[in-house]
Amino acid sequence: MQNTFWGYRRENGRVGVRNHVIVLPVDDLANAACEAVAHNIKGAMAIPHPYGRLQFGADLDLHFRTLIGTGANPNVAAVVVIGIEDQWTQKVVDGIRATGKPVAGFGIELHGDHDTIMRASKAAREYVQWASERQRVECPLSDLWVSTKCGESDTTSGCGANPTVGDAFDKLYAQGCTLVFGETTELTGGEQIVAARCRNDQVRAEFMAMFDRYQQVIDRHKTSDLSDSQPTKGNIVGGLTTIEEKALGNIQKIGRKCVVDGVLDKAEAPTGPGLWFMDSSSAAAEMVTLCAASGFVVHFFPTGQGNVIGNPILPVIKICANPRTVRTMSEHVDVDTTGLLQREITMSDAGDALLAMMFRTANGRLTAAEALGHREFVLTRLYESA
Amino acid sequence: MIHCVLHDPDDSVAVVVVEGVTAGTALTGLILDEDRTITLPCVQDIPLGHKVALKDMAVGDTVIKYGVDIGRVVAPIARGGHAHVHNIKTKRW
Repeated sequence: MQNTFWGYRRENGRVGVRNHVIVLPVDDLANAACEAVAHNIKGAMAIPHPYGRLQFGADLDLHFRTLIGTGANPNVAAVVVIGIEDQWTQKVVDGIRATGKPVAGFGIELHGDHDTIMRASKAAREYVQWASERQRVECPLSDLWVSTKCGESDTTSGCGANPTVGDAFDKLYAQGCTLVFGETTELTGGEQIVAARCRNDQVRAEFMAMFDRYQQVIDRHKTSDLSDSQPTKGNIVGGLTTIEEKALGNIQKIGRKCVVDGVLDKAEAPTGPGLWFMDSSSAAAEMVTLCAASGFVVHFFPTGQGNVIGNPILPVIKICANPRTVRTMSEHVDVDTTGLLQREITMSDAGDALLAMMFRTANGRLTAAEALGHREFVLTRLYESA
Repeated sequence: MIHCVLHDPDDSVAVVVVEGVTAGTALTGLILDEDRTITLPCVQDIPLGHKVALKDMAVGDTVIKYGVDIGRVVAPIARGGHAHVHNIKTKRW
């Protein structure tokens, strides 16, 4: 197996596979200025979002952790941060600056959009030109952090696309890579299988505490058996019947050999190699955004009915085993594993095909989602604003 | 041609993996965990991705897929019939 890739080694030692300069709003009010800067400076990318005002407590902590994690991700070379006020803007700047990468912040109050856009554009231009001279270097495979989450699943996900990810994860785990999965409620019915895969009793207890907490959220707010939303209408059209069936298909993504080494809160960075479980929503864009904020640089996204998701900074590789989806939505599919279900290729062949695409993507090939301009960035909220 | 796949030899349902499966089709099923095939009759039209029952099931029975409980039967299902939300429900939530 190939054991190196070409990436950008950042100031803190982490390795990215993209070289983005991002213009990051602290809050919804700064979106317009960020988008103006990205319009002015070719190669700078704005990441607008709808939140950041009047949040408090754990919800605010998660907001900051997600923004700082996004800026700190090694797929990002440099960051311009813009917020309505100076103090929260500075908090995000300081968090990103801990990585050692170039970052500058701008508060809009007392300046207005015009002056802020002018000053921030100057910083963005300098960063884009600086970033354009960074060079890829050969890096050991163990420097690659790979996340997974599936979406618009159907029954072919569980027997084709998801076990393909599982085979690849087993092989990457053996190489010392850092891996993550999540989707807490979508383990319902298979939680004991995940618990049995945990490294030790402590990790098992932490996993089950996260699982049980999320079940209580469902029980507190549900008005039905959730058969109208989990499985989704699309899942049901695709043949999935119950949450248990969906979960057992979902779990195929963690393979058969790798062990769950630890658990993570949302957008929390892992502290070492291995397979991590992140307590997270199962909504695609929320989960992928959290993976990027945790520092992952390549994402495996199996789909059945055909999810089109991407992310601003994290290349999302789509894997599909549904022959109808591959025929009707081919522009969204990076790895076609339909041969698995006709006994034309083995599971190991399918995993190797995904790994081959992973190396090509890490070395610079644009994914389908990148080429199509999919940049879904969705912040997870824990509760109402104050 | 493989018409449907199942994970575990003891599963009570299999997934149709081709388009155009209609009542009367003689189905070839692939057991993924054992890489061997089985045959069964099909008694209803079943869309790609939907499940075919591998045995007769009565109300209250547990449906097995991946060798694991995936829900309960809420309306009788005949061998070779279409198994989905109209005759299977979750045991959770």
